[in-house]
Amino acid sequence: MQLTHPYAETGPLIKRIAPLDWAFALLLVAGAAFVFTRYGAFMDVYERAILTAFVPALAWFGWFFKPMRLLAVLVAAASLMAIGMYHGDLATAQNSFMLKYFLSSQSAVMWMIALFFMATGSYWIGLLARSPFSTLVGSRLTWFAVGLGFTGLMVRWYESYLLSPDIGHIPVSNLYEVFILFCLLTSVMYLYYEGRYQTRALGGFVMLVVSAALGFLLWYTFDRGAQEIQPLVPALQSWWMKIHVPANFIGYGAFSLSAMVGFAYLLRSNHDNPSRGSLMALWGAGFAIAIALGLEGIAFRTSGISPYWASYFAVTLIIFSGIVAMRERVAPQLPALTVLDDVMYRAISVGFAFFTVATILGALWAADAWGSYWSWDPKETWALIVWLNYAAWLHLRLIGGMRGPMLAWWALGGLLVTTFAFLGVNIFLSGLHSYGKL
Amino acid sequence: MRFAISMLAILAIASIIGTIVSQDQPFNNYINQFGRFWFVVYDTLSLYSVYHAWWFLLILAFLITSTSLCIYRNTPKMLKDMRRYKENMRERAFASFPHHAELASSPGGVERAQGYLHAMGFKSRKVENDSGTLLAAKKGSLNRLGYIFAHVGMVVVCLGFLLDGDILLRSQLALGQKQIVHGNPLLSEVPATGRMGLSNPSFRGNMLVPEGGIRETAILAQGDGLLLQELPFRIRLKKFIIEHYSTGQPKLFASDVVVTDKDSGESFPARIEVNKPLIYRGVAVYQSSFDDGGSHLTLTGFPLAGPRDYSFKIEGDVGTSTALNADGADKERALTLEFIGFRAFNVEAVADGKMGADTAPKSLADKIQQNLGPGASPGREKEVHNVGPSVQYKLRDAAGQAREYNNYMLPIAIEGKWYLMSGMRENPDDQFRYIRFPMDAGGGLTEFMRLRAALNDPAVRALAGNRFAEQMGTRLNDPKLKFQLAESADRALERFSVQGFKSVADFIEKSVPAPERERAADMFLSLLNGATWEAWQVSREKAGLPRLTADASTGRFVQDSLNAISDSFFYGSPVYFHLNAFDEVQASVFQLTRSPGKKIVYIGALLLVTGIFSMLYIRERRLWLLVKPDGRALLALSSQRRSLGLDDEFERHRNALAAVLAGGPGHALFPDPAPGPASAPGGQT
Repeated sequence: MQLTHPYAETGPLIKRIAPLDWAFALLLVAGAAFVFTRYGAFMDVYERAILTAFVPALAWFGWFFKPMRLLAVLVAAASLMAIGMYHGDLATAQNSFMLKYFLSSQSAVMWMIALFFMATGSYWIGLLARSPFSTLVGSRLTWFAVGLGFTGLMVRWYESYLLSPDIGHIPVSNLYEVFILFCLLTSVMYLYYEGRYQTRALGGFVMLVVSAALGFLLWYTFDRGAQEIQPLVPALQSWWMKIHVPANFIGYGAFSLSAMVGFAYLLRSNHDNPSRGSLMALWGAGFAIAIALGLEGIAFRTSGISPYWASYFAVTLIIFSGIVAMRERVAPQLPALTVLDDVMYRAISVGFAFFTVATILGALWAADAWGSYWSWDPKETWALIVWLNYAAWLHLRLIGGMRGPMLAWWALGGLLVTTFAFLGVNIFLSGLHSYGKL
Repeated sequence: MRFAISMLAILAIASIIGTIVSQDQPFNNYINQFGRFWFVVYDTLSLYSVYHAWWFLLILAFLITSTSLCIYRNTPKMLKDMRRYKENMRERAFASFPHHAELASSPGGVERAQGYLHAMGFKSRKVENDSGTLLAAKKGSLNRLGYIFAHVGMVVVCLGFLLDGDILLRSQLALGQKQIVHGNPLLSEVPATGRMGLSNPSFRGNMLVPEGGIRETAILAQGDGLLLQELPFRIRLKKFIIEHYSTGQPKLFASDVVVTDKDSGESFPARIEVNKPLIYRGVAVYQSSFDDGGSHLTLTGFPLAGPRDYSFKIEGDVGTSTALNADGADKERALTLEFIGFRAFNVEAVADGKMGADTAPKSLADKIQQNLGPGASPGREKEVHNVGPSVQYKLRDAAGQAREYNNYMLPIAIEGKWYLMSGMRENPDDQFRYIRFPMDAGGGLTEFMRLRAALNDPAVRALAGNRFAEQMGTRLNDPKLKFQLAESADRALERFSVQGFKSVADFIEKSVPAPERERAADMFLSLLNGATWEAWQVSREKAGLPRLTADASTGRFVQDSLNAISDSFFYGSPVYFHLNAFDEVQASVFQLTRSPGKKIVYIGALLLVTGIFSMLYIRERRLWLLVKPDGRALLALSSQRRSLGLDDEFERHRNALAAVLAGGPGHALFPDPAPGPASAPGGQT
């Protein structure tokens, strides 16, 4: 029997494991064993548990999404190389060409940003010029960007210890670091769907939301100097952070992805059944996303809107109205509505499941740190609102059996809610989650 | 379904309201924000405590009831459905499935098919009916259980959460058994109706313990009043510990305490840290924040008005207040000094004379270059450093109006000169505005205060005017001009002593036509500078000190002094208090909770997660295969939900089963078949 595509389900996963898969798992076990023998004494019981659980989790993910194996190995190799080059001294970065221009955390992140922008461009050129080669380049660039981004985070983790052993911590502790994480997780999820559904037509859409996040990241770096590694305030000194934050960002990433697929759905739906009403709605959707993403700019004005955010907003608006204007060129290349609907459903499922876990982990942590598992802190409350929003979406689809543009609209609306929970709360509301304060 | 979605939407909207109106603030804040009328309206709607409002609890109750009903209605059906194989499938029914096919079977096909289905994770049951042999198979039945788990989990979480809420307390309040205590009573004077006993199942309260102090009750804040919560133990704070990173951020907040059980009298030491609470007899004690526990402060007061140059000492503890008797004090000008805080460390970014970091604009290329490399540049941490202790106090006038001050104990260097900084604000929401008192060569305020007093003394001013004219007079030989100059210098000083540069500016604006103002201001200022210098020297002479030589440093001192004196007119206080000595007493603020619902909530959360994952990721499938005696076989596949993968899946099963039934190469698909209940004899050869 011929597989229709590389990731088709045929029987239980465990029966489809190839020798390479075992080799990957073995490598992970060996890596973890090395860490335990060398650093085990410095880890507490929770950290050991997390590392132990991480091995099967990553092995499983590598088996499930095969390209992850190579990515993980390459990221590990690049990170180890960088660590080796540091010779235990941060100042080495100024003299080592490789470190200064490629592998030190900031350089790797800058490369990641550049590659993500290039990938977005390639995907769109491919879509507009109907060039499969260009979308292929976009896909490859995205892979490279993800690789460099993860390397950057790993090296940053090491650098934080070089700064001072008591400062060292996993880089998921502030808004700057989680923005990188957000871009990486969203891209990895997208790349999975790209392989699974054998279509690169959605790359441009998803990468737009990543690019928007990078626009924020650039501002945050250049204007606010947010890239500086900061030590952990006492409230954040907890192993809970290692699992709560990444789980949350799988959620945020998946929800953003589903919103962009929702936008693609509306484009395609308008193409399949053109009507004045749906066209008007499509323009509305374009502006809505532009505003949702451009909202950041309005929020960050100190005195009037700065030129950076004004142009950010203008570019967002031009891009999204451009997409709607070019709909006749873009829409026919999009996958069928049933496929788009399926991607949207899967993304929201993943997002919802992980967001639930993340919120519960957050509650467990809150019980340790603040004395109460739920204090109706604005971030908690907005997490609940996001959760309720997607719970309603899933009810509509699973119990109500609903399909069609309504769900795409709902997913788009979800982007607004998610963005607010992710950023808006930090900007407009104060509370216990003030670590990402702007 | 519609009802469920409406419930979710209503809960979401209600929650949003609570994030828009900031919750549980002191009532005065709301009155300031909304005005009297809306304050009352919003209060009636419980908008200041949305999540404890009756209507919010009603929404939760509705959610619990409706979800429970849903579970009650669906569970028996689902459980039954889960177990059933649906062996009663008729031949006619196959065609009504969207996914159905007709295949051909060779002898033994049924057994081989059963083996295949087993390998694919199906459970199957074989029955003979009048049309032939029917294989009824299913997999992923746990999906249904997921539905039940998720919804039960939801209900359990809500119930546990309500259990930890304050429903009991509020009903006791409503029944009049307990009464909220208002004002600021001594803890020992709180009556029994204001105390919650040990039997209170759930609470969340605060406790402030100064170092060396012992506390045995927690305070439950209730709007603008409070209740006391009895505890089964006492806490004595031995020491509050705060540590900082080299960059100045806090690294550790911890309290070394001794806990004494009230029943057994036994004591044990414990350390409570952020993220590491102490749990004893069902009560969890968390490090919540810290405060001053009544540090003893010694201040020196320097008057900022009047011609007398003197100072006085004043002492007090943080949290107390004293009346100030300024000289010539009449009742209307009486001030009360309230010591409100003391900080032993202040980590500030001091750059270019401003508090707060300052970043110079750079080109994009520079910025990128600067951002290559590790995520930390070693130079940065020098910008922040500890500027030493500070005192916060309020000065309240007879009318009850208060201004708040924040004074640093140690001088701070700005552009190479040292200043004592004192900040003032009129509203708690404002930023402090700082006045800078210049330090003299001896490292004190003596010279500045001497100069300030001199400028307020008409006799000294007149003498300084004459001296100034004398000095200039070496070039001016006309006595009349000299007299006029002395007069003008005296007037310049006098005008300045009214309201500083403001009165000077007012004067110039009023008396000089616009085109000449700039020149007039320059002249006026050099006059003022020169005369001030002389006034300073006169006052030194009076104190028996030698005359100073004018140079850049003393010139800057005069300029800084004029600035400080000018600012002092807007300082709002006739006295500057300098912190001389302190004896720090810290206090730890603990949060104490008892939440019996916590375990229930956790169990509910576990159910919820298991439920959601199995609902979303266990796919339910049912498959029927009817092999008729004539070798024809009917296949149908069904799923509870339509999904994109189903077409592919059906395609695969059909192809594989066609091969398996025919006895062909289909078994290559499962080279290692698990021995099924009825493994086909010879099927593998």
